[in-house]
Amino acid sequence: MSEIPADLKYTKSHEWVRTLANGNVEVGITDHAQSALGDLVFVEVPDSGKALKIGDAFAVVESVKAASDVYAPVAGSVVEGNAALGSQPELINSEPYGAGWIMRLKPGGAPAGLLSAAEYQAHLAAEG
Amino acid sequence: MAMLKHPEKIIFEYSRPGRGAFGQWPTERGTANNVAADIPEPLRRKQPAMLPEVSELEVVRHYTRLSQLNFSIDTHFYPLGSCTMKYNPKACNQYAMLPGFLTRHPLAPESLGQGFLACMFELQEMLKEVTGMQGVALSPMAGAHGEFAGVAMIRAYHRARGDLARNEIIVPIAAHGTNPATATMCGCVVKEIPVNDEGDVDVEALKAAVGPNTAGIMLTNPSTCGVFERRIKEVAKIVHDAGGLLYYDGANLNAILGKVRPGDMGFDVIHMNLHKTFSTPHGGGGPGAGAVGVSSRLLPFMPIPVVGRDGDKYRWLSEKDLPQSIGRLSAFMGNAGVLIRAYIYMRMLGREGMHRVGEYATLNANYLMARLAQAGFDPAYPTRRASHEFIITAKKQARDLGVTAMDFAKRLLDYGFHAPTTYFPLLVPECLLIEPTETESKEALDGFIDAMIAIQKEAESNADLVKSAPHTMTVRRLDDVRAARQLDLTWKTSQGLRPTSENAGPSS
Amino acid sequence: MPFNPHTPGDVQQMLAAIGAKKVEDLFDEIPKELRIEALAGIPDALNEMQIGRLMMARAAQDGTPLNFIGAGAYEHHIPAAVWAVTTRGEFYSAYTPYQAEASQGTLQLIYEYQTMITSLTGMEVSNASMYDGGSAVAEAALMAVRAHRKSKSQRILVPTTVHPNYRKVAVATASGQGLRFEEVPCPRGQLILADLAKYQGEDITAIVIQQPNFFGQLEDVDAITDWAHANGIFVIGSVNPTSLAILKPPGQWGAKGVDIACGDCQPLGVPLSSGGPYAGFMTTRMEYVRQMPGRIVGRTVDANGKQGFALTLQAREQHIRRGKATSNICTNQGLLVTAATIYLCLLGPEGLARVANTSHQRTNELIAALTRVKGVKLAFEGPRFHEAVLLLDRPVAPVIAELANRGIVGGFDLSTDYPELGNALLVCATETRSREDIQKYADALTETLKAAVRAA
Repeated sequence: MSEIPADLKYTKSHEWVRTLANGNVEVGITDHAQSALGDLVFVEVPDSGKALKIGDAFAVVESVKAASDVYAPVAGSVVEGNAALGSQPELINSEPYGAGWIMRLKPGGAPAGLLSAAEYQAHLAAEG
Repeated sequence: MAMLKHPEKIIFEYSRPGRGAFGQWPTERGTANNVAADIPEPLRRKQPAMLPEVSELEVVRHYTRLSQLNFSIDTHFYPLGSCTMKYNPKACNQYAMLPGFLTRHPLAPESLGQGFLACMFELQEMLKEVTGMQGVALSPMAGAHGEFAGVAMIRAYHRARGDLARNEIIVPIAAHGTNPATATMCGCVVKEIPVNDEGDVDVEALKAAVGPNTAGIMLTNPSTCGVFERRIKEVAKIVHDAGGLLYYDGANLNAILGKVRPGDMGFDVIHMNLHKTFSTPHGGGGPGAGAVGVSSRLLPFMPIPVVGRDGDKYRWLSEKDLPQSIGRLSAFMGNAGVLIRAYIYMRMLGREGMHRVGEYATLNANYLMARLAQAGFDPAYPTRRASHEFIITAKKQARDLGVTAMDFAKRLLDYGFHAPTTYFPLLVPECLLIEPTETESKEALDGFIDAMIAIQKEAESNADLVKSAPHTMTVRRLDDVRAARQLDLTWKTSQGLRPTSENAGPSS
Repeated sequence: MPFNPHTPGDVQQMLAAIGAKKVEDLFDEIPKELRIEALAGIPDALNEMQIGRLMMARAAQDGTPLNFIGAGAYEHHIPAAVWAVTTRGEFYSAYTPYQAEASQGTLQLIYEYQTMITSLTGMEVSNASMYDGGSAVAEAALMAVRAHRKSKSQRILVPTTVHPNYRKVAVATASGQGLRFEEVPCPRGQLILADLAKYQGEDITAIVIQQPNFFGQLEDVDAITDWAHANGIFVIGSVNPTSLAILKPPGQWGAKGVDIACGDCQPLGVPLSSGGPYAGFMTTRMEYVRQMPGRIVGRTVDANGKQGFALTLQAREQHIRRGKATSNICTNQGLLVTAATIYLCLLGPEGLARVANTSHQRTNELIAALTRVKGVKLAFEGPRFHEAVLLLDRPVAPVIAELANRGIVGGFDLSTDYPELGNALLVCATETRSREDIQKYADALTETLKAAVRAA
């Protein structure tokens, strides 16, 4: 049963979004996603300053069996990628919502169209 | 299989300064071993190349022992789905390595290559006949390379007609990974369509997917699910009516060799895997040969060179003869030695043998599937005939016993069988894609069935034994997470140094 | 039917287990109108004795003329042990090492090959091989485009001193993805910095440098590499592996070395065999390893902590990444890599240097002998490895045809690919050509040229 913190927002492609105190957003992949991928061996994070539209692939997460793109849930410009993932990609497996964050973004507008925890849970159940 | 008690060292660990296989070196007196004086100093190598210094016996022993660590068709039943691991006749190797073929330079005059060119021309003709196509080009060097040629020809065809918008290639989600990768390599966009519960392409989804941007569809028939695409004529009509072309992935040609021809099914271009259907050696990963066959509308675009005949003389057709060709895909003419082996094999099968291939491959697969189903295993498509391969799903075992298809695969190694394919098709969870081929006896198949039954019993009573398999190989299950996280891709001494003639050997 | 073990009794038992009456029933899902009865166009089967006679007759028809062509495929002595071991069934009939525990032999061999090729090229990491040297250049260009973070142009400079077929393969393979290959004319038989001046300051993604170049001449690799890096251009070095025993490896060209080194392993224990199969090699810097196509073998440990080998970084490859793969390549030339690895061990650093030096020496002797013949001149001065361009006083093709009648494969006619050179012939002599062979060629050429003059 995967963990889905109630205070975050989600996308159908298994990203989560946390709004920080300073208005920036933090993005990562969900517990369900990291479990499906298996042990992560490599993560490519974006450079700061990169401009993103909703749905742009901004990172790649690679395990032995799969390599997946991670998609921007919100438009904006990248403030920073999580440099720790360079040497410790497994942080995404152990702390997908904490130390395993992938990027922080200055949003172009207010985040919209995202799923609540309950809606994401229903989406996972429907995916089967 | 010879199980070595002690791990085989890395070849560099046998190296000693001054040791060598002296009988292999030029011994010309007057040839300095230091670099020729007329090569300017800035262009010379300063340190000798870092290669092992070992005797001939050490080399032969080391690599012979390494070979004994492998499973191979010569030693084991190898039911890898979609790979067609049939017996590689020794005659094919022996006659392909005759000096006249082996020492011939690719750019030598055609007058000195008529024997070789005759074999290549006749191979083209035989491949046309078995596939029902109008032209065959032999130069693509692997299946994926042949796929590339096929999709590139489709694009070239549309562009030649001025239809520049067609850049979409439709691919079923069950397709082999090379298919979408190939489409992307050709600058196309991939559109995936689903497959239904019976293993056929979803025809309604296909109708929705075609349109003015459709360049073509890539299909395997029988499909990667191991079943024949029953509505293939309808699929062909839908795609053709929309202005697209049909590409046939010939990986599964073994199922229908001599029984059905892709050209008759409506395909415009096909690639063949000569290292599968026509029994050229897999060689531990290659070389393959991915000859392509085309319908008449794609003839002008074939990759060069192609063998042509003027009267009784054979010659290479190149840029002048095929000005609309998609070009050269190989520095010379493709994997000639592989092509000669395929030619010999086809001549040994002959007309009668060709359709026996399809028949016995299909008989063996259906027999295996029936017996495994009777033993309690779950075919993925139980209402369908097997083609030359079929899928067993271990979904039930994974759910109830925690034992996965991969675990079965690893435990089969302990029973002396190479595992079936487990990594695709993606749409069947916990799949074992099993292809026995026609060269296996009933006893070999029965042995495999007995092993599967035994492993099922183990899974029920002692799951950990299966989950931690293999137990009797030279290594246990390997840590591939570590292999990817801590990349160790070249040997270094224990001090972390690259090998040189000074520091190689056991003291490092 | 050959290779098929089924007896009629077997077939009956199997059909009974399936619940079918005859084998033909197993094809009942296939629409009747698609099924064929027989393939009329395929000849009757030959047994092994018959096919053996046919193949021997055809091979004898082609014979074994004396070879003086290089042009990207080189005749070297291949020790008997190379193919005796390589054609062992455990190597010959093994599959791709996806089930690592059943393939430790092949995997360890590839790891050793990767080590040797990186050493030879002076680079940091290698893959398990590509199809051939031509496709390796194409894949290197694609890789440069992926790896080069700053350049957007996808323009690849290719001097005309790069093998003409390699250039054609690069265009055929990679232009579909938007790469633009721009030829840099080299009328002097070498790439000179002056030829590159017009690209100064432009957005170029990569340049290909072949060493030795197609004419056998040695390029000024240090100056060109430094110029390229100063202009933000990736350097792809396409190199002859035998030459690397005595020439500076691409990892040491210029101040920083090349970014990608590639070439063909054919000279390392792989016979000419009418054009293939060969094996391309590709090496690069560690920082680009994830952009490199093809299979890669890594060393790891098993569940007991024992050393073992496995394919790694597979997530880049077609069977996982599918539409986003680094390439669609699914094969490596496993059998040829096996041969090349065994060859390199038998030769070792000393033996390979002797092959290189002796080949260089023989080519010098060939040039001396042939330019003594009236009507034959050397095209380019300057240092070379083991090939040279000769200029004849008449069209080359009839001369080659006459030499062929005398059992000599005299060289490669350059007039199609390089019309600007005139009557140009590319010749090569390796350690396999004795002084008697060279004299035989010189005599035959003398007679050929005299005969034509007499006829005129």
